Amino acid sequence: MMDMIFNPLVGGLLIGLTTTIYLLTLGKVIGISGILSQLLFSKERFLPFLFIAGLIIGGAAYGTLTEQTVDFLEVRSPWLLIASGLLVGYGTRLGGGCTSGHGVCGISRLSPRSIIATLTFMLAAIMTVAVLN
Amino acid sequence: MSAIVTLITGILFGLGLAFSEMTNPAVVIGFLDIFGNWNPSLLIVMASAIAVGMLGYIIKNKQIKPLLSNKWQVPSLRHIDSKLIIGSVLFGIGWGLSGYCPGPGLTALINNPAEGFYFISALIIGSGLHYFQARSGLK
Repeated sequence: MMDMIFNPLVGGLLIGLTTTIYLLTLGKVIGISGILSQLLFSKERFLPFLFIAGLIIGGAAYGTLTEQTVDFLEVRSPWLLIASGLLVGYGTRLGGGCTSGHGVCGISRLSPRSIIATLTFMLAAIMTVAVLN
Repeated sequence: MSAIVTLITGILFGLGLAFSEMTNPAVVIGFLDIFGNWNPSLLIVMASAIAVGMLGYIIKNKQIKPLLSNKWQVPSLRHIDSKLIIGSVLFGIGWGLSGYCPGPGLTALINNPAEGFYFISALIIGSGLHYFQARSGLK
């Protein structure tokens, strides 16, 4: 039960520390959807590549680093994942950010755009889960 | 030096997602399911990340420029427009469908490749659609 508070608390502090280091050294915000689209569509691909590679390596520590409190879901329908990916890919670019760029970095600097975006995608996601369940 | 910092911050961000279990879509859906068996994890992650991030901006405002760069590149847009709202609604629906946002979707390429492959392939097509639409000036 403690893990249900301890893990997200420590993980969140680490994410906040990471966005702060990135900001104070490189002068930019961490937005995963933005960094990924730079990797795909911009001419300066080296740094975005390093960041995304690091993110995947760090995330692969899943399950070896910490005891998990919640089991993975069984593998779901490809069509559900494809629909989700298309909406996330298009929506984050149209809206200019995702959970990291708007949700963490944007709210940290009290950006009105990011606060509105975060409330909007949270509400849309909560309603989607309510309909699905 | 920028390259080393970029790689290390990428790894740290991935570790933060993994440690807080945000890489597991079941945890994310558990948070979004406020009418069901609610799991507050994501709220705790965001609140603690934002608390540290706010301290970061207090430090930033006392600095003239970043340590490894000549200028700040923090987004300065302030207006709320229909793109922001429609984009966020579409993103929210997609996020609620699978429990994946972009970061956890990328880590799923390793943690759960059977799901990560479909999600990230479609995400790339979705971003590409927006990129070419914006470039060709279509509304």
